[in-house]
This record gives sequence, structure tokens and C-alpha cells, in this order.
Amino acid sequence: MTFVIAILAAIALVNGAAAATPAENCDVPESLIPAESDLTHVANEIKERHRLDISVVGSASSVLTGPDGQRFAYPAQLEQALKQRLPGTEIKVMVHIQSRQTTADMVGVLPAILSEDKPTLVIWQAGTVDALRGVEPEDFRTSLDQGIEAIKAANADAIMMDMQYSPRTETMLNVSTYADVMRWVAEQRDVVLFDRLAIMHYWSDAGVFDLYAATNGYAMARRVHECIGRALATQIINAGHLEADKMETTR
Amino acid sequence: MTTASPAQVVTNERDLRLDLFRGIALWLIFLDHIPENILNWFTIRNYGFSDATEIFIFISGYTAAFVYGRTMRERGFLLSSARILRRAWQIYVAHIFLFTIFMAEIAYVAATFDNPLYAEEMKILDFLKQPDITIFQALLLKFKPVNMDILPLYIVLLLLFPPILYLLLRRPNLALAGSAVLYALAWKLDFNLPAYPNGVWFFNPFAWQLLFVFGAWCALGGAQRLTIVTHSRVALGIAIAYLIFAFAITLTWHFESLDRFVPTLLKDWMYPVDKTNLDVLRFAHFLALAAVTVYFVPSTWSGLKSPILQPAIRCGQHSLEIFCLGVFLAFAGQFIIAESSGGPLLQTAVSALGIFIMIATAYLISWYKSIEGRSPLGRVKTPDADLAGGEA
Repeated sequence: MTFVIAILAAIALVNGAAAATPAENCDVPESLIPAESDLTHVANEIKERHRLDISVVGSASSVLTGPDGQRFAYPAQLEQALKQRLPGTEIKVMVHIQSRQTTADMVGVLPAILSEDKPTLVIWQAGTVDALRGVEPEDFRTSLDQGIEAIKAANADAIMMDMQYSPRTETMLNVSTYADVMRWVAEQRDVVLFDRLAIMHYWSDAGVFDLYAATNGYAMARRVHECIGRALATQIINAGHLEADKMETTR
Repeated sequence: MTTASPAQVVTNERDLRLDLFRGIALWLIFLDHIPENILNWFTIRNYGFSDATEIFIFISGYTAAFVYGRTMRERGFLLSSARILRRAWQIYVAHIFLFTIFMAEIAYVAATFDNPLYAEEMKILDFLKQPDITIFQALLLKFKPVNMDILPLYIVLLLLFPPILYLLLRRPNLALAGSAVLYALAWKLDFNLPAYPNGVWFFNPFAWQLLFVFGAWCALGGAQRLTIVTHSRVALGIAIAYLIFAFAITLTWHFESLDRFVPTLLKDWMYPVDKTNLDVLRFAHFLALAAVTVYFVPSTWSGLKSPILQPAIRCGQHSLEIFCLGVFLAFAGQFIIAESSGGPLLQTAVSALGIFIMIATAYLISWYKSIEGRSPLGRVKTPDADLAGGEA
């Protein structure tokens, strides 16, 4: 048994060393941010009015706790990245985050948000609270359908965002069922999906972030949100075919 | 299943294929339960609709009928029912034991893991703030942590089994038809057992009972009646064609670029493939797998005696113990991998070690049973029935 433990310990050491190598950038392969559905409203609005109003609707994983949480969370990072990459376009990101709200709850408040913000693009982060509460996948799917319907009726494009990849809670929280439902709805409704789960999983596998790490500090969380914001900007630009003018293409 | 049914020809000869495939299913369930595991790529759920759960439940139904069917015929309804209920009780105790281990792990994570990135996900640990309610709900089998759904399903299936077995022994086809009707009703009317804090059981017992009863039906002579089908080349062809179809579809799950080759009409009809209610596609996939297996692996196959397969057979013969051990080892393995931010190498090592421990334990249990059997206090039973009797 000691022998076995020794082997395990040795493997753990080797692995740990490999995982600890810091990665400079958090580029995401194109296959993880597909642009199969077009963001037509976004494209028109930018072409005709040189502006883009985005509403972000979501729960607690769309924000960071602690001082200046809003400023470092991905919606603000997205705004910054878009401003950088779409010079000459007025970018406005409006945030509607309520912790502990399920997808059904969000469908309830969507009409008010849509009529107040009049956004061209809605980024809808959903699923985590539903997984936490064990909402029935079928009900979850119905809520998503209703929300997408409402967004489309308000002449806006939608991007759905699924759950975070959280390896330490994986044995307790089953998110994959809900992620599958979101992939399915995205495909059926021809809506762009920002697959945060797959992207963060990729970062973890590639050693970009050590998502197993226990820490009180905000450094990594902020960096993850920054990278999410940037990847999201890339997906919006690709799906809106906004690369036409001489825009900065560095990620 | 092609052999003379053990229920009709009273024999102590055990169909070793059952033990073999149940043993393999237990290994696959173990591997699948470690979420971050490169070896998951070797488990059958990546190559078709059904997975090891179907195999496990079907064989459990088969062995339950094989063992308790004989008791019911020889000793009557009351005694066999008492034995079935005792078995359900053992499984209940095993489940609660696993729950305790799970709670220990969660409490540890709650106390040591902190990361502002996951403030929302960590709310899953809120139930620790209400241990009174949580533990009570767990005792009622309503609160079931991830991956702890199979044993509660098994308990419910066994609780319902005495009357089903009674009917199976008299009017087997009627019993099977009744089971199919219940399955259809569960789909149509959408009923399931409630779970805590909300939602329903991950494995709907009213749907999954079909597989269990079908297994039992096969054990009690049904397999023999099916030989026309299982020996037919046409059926084999259909089964293989379906397996290839399922494989092609699952490929499109792994490589999204292939997805556009699947017709939308087919997707609309097919998706989502529902595990909770044992989707017809899953059930059919299991049937196809079973048909192909039975065709190419007869019960007289000499390979079943080969030493290479003995570890899997041993594990299958002590399925409850090895299943529980597998769930525990999956927790422990996941824990080791998480604590050391492990890569593929560690995942492989943990998986191999886990299977090794499962095999070693199976041999240890066999050894215990053999010395108990020889002791003067040992209750007299045929050795094979003892093995099976403990493991239905």
C-alpha cells in the first residue's frame, strides 16, 4: 500500500508541476466560439447607427463579489473589449444581475428589461441556479424557449451563456444536463451559444487556469472574467461579421 | 440467454455471462462516476445511446428472478417475499452508508475550498446549514446527491418485485405486457417520484422497471422463447445496423462539425435522448447490444473459463458490495484528482488502482463466503445459489 501511495504521490507531483505552468494568454480556439448563427440585428445596428446596446441578464456568476465586483466582471470586460475592437462604434452594456433567480424568474422580468433598455443584443446567462435548485430540465427548456421568443419579438439578437466549469463542485452539482438543454435550444432556435462550460474546461485542461485552486483572492477570478469578456467579444464580432472594416484583430 | 432457461431446467449451472457483463458494467459505472477522467472515453456511453446502467439493471432483474423465482416456486410467496425485502433493506443500509461518506466529503470541501469565482456554485453546500432536513430527506430517499441514484432505484424495484414475480411465474407474458403499459403510462402521463429540494428522481422507477422486469422475464423462460429471434441473422443484422446508427449519432456529439450531417427532422424526433425516463432509443440500444452479445458469446463459450475474465466475473458475482465500493472509490478518486489538480496520467493511475481494489475486494468476499460455507454453522445452501442469492 505504501508503494501505491508513493506512486500516486509521484504522479501528483509531476502533474502538479505541469498544471502550474503559467499561461500568458487565454485565447480560445475558434471551434469553441462558433458563429454558426448570425447576429443580424447587431450587424445592421452597427452599420446604420454605429452603436450597439447590450443587455446582460443573469445570476450571480455574471458578477464578482468584493470591492468593485461589477467593474471586473465579464460584462464590463466585454464592453471594454468591444470598444477596443470596434472603434467608432458606441458600445453600451447594461447589466441586470439578480442572484438566486432561476431561468423562469428571468423570463418574468425580461419584458421590462427589453422595453426599458431597447437592446440590440441580449446576453442571457442561465442554468446555474436551475441546476442548484434541481429545476426539471423540461421546465428549464420551456423557460429558455419563452425567453428567446420574447427577445426575438423585441427585435434583438440573443446569445445564451451556459454555466461555469467548476471542477470542485462537480460531484455535487450536475450542470451537464442543463448545458445539454441549452445546446439543444440554441440549435433549434438558431441562437448563438457562448459555451462558457466548454471554454473554461478548455482553459483548465490547457493549464491556463487552475480552477481547482482554493483562494481568497480575487486575482484569478478577475482574470477569468476578463478572458470571458474577450472571448465573448470575439464571438459577437464573428457572428455579426463585424470584421469588415479595418478593425483590430488581436485578441 | 440462448441456453435452456435455468428457471425451467433446475440446475446449479450459473450463466457466467451475467456475472461477466455485470462485472464489466460495475467497472464502467465506476469510471463514469469520476467526472474528470480520460478513461471515460473507453466507456460505452460514448459509443451509443445506452450505458452501463442499462446492463446493470437488466442483469439485476435477471438474477433477482433467477434466485427468488426458485425460492418462490419451492418455498412459497411469503418466504421469497421476505427474502426480497431483506435484500432491499440491505441495499438501503448500503445507500445510507454511502451517503454518510458523501456528506463527509462535502463537509470537507465546504470547510476548505474557497474561491470567489465560484461564489454561486458553492451555494450547493447550503444544505449543510439545514442538516436536520437534509438527512431526513436522505433517509426518505428523496435527497440524493449526484451519482447516488442507482441504489434507490434498485430499492424501489425490489420493493415492487414480489407481486411482479408472482405474476411472472404464472403469466409471464401478461406481466411483461403490464410492465410495458406502465412504462408507456409513465411517458404519457409524466409521473415520477418526487425528489428533494425539488424535481423528480433522476431514474424514474416507473420507466426503468421495464428493463428490470424484462430481465426477470428472460430469466424465467423468456430468453428461451426468444431464441428464434436471437439466433436469426436478420435480427442480428438489424441490431448491428442500429448500433452503427447510434454510434454515428454519438460521433456528432463529440465532433460538432459533423452535426450538420444529421437531418433536422431526425433531430427533432430524436432529441433529447431522455435518461430519466429510459428513452426508447436507449432501451432499443440496450436490446441491440444484448442481441449481438448473445449471438457471438454463447453461454458455453470456453473463454468464460479463461483466467483473464475471472476478475470481471468475480466482481459481477458480488455486485452490491462492489457497486458500493465503486461509488466510494469514485468519490475518493475524484477527491485525489481534485486535490492534486491531476492530469491524464493521474486519472489513469487512479482508475486502474480503483479497478484493482474492486477486484481484490471481490476475491476477498469470495474467500469469506467460502470459509463461512465450510464452517459448521454455515447454513446449508448450494454454493452457487449462495453466491447468486446474496447478489440478486
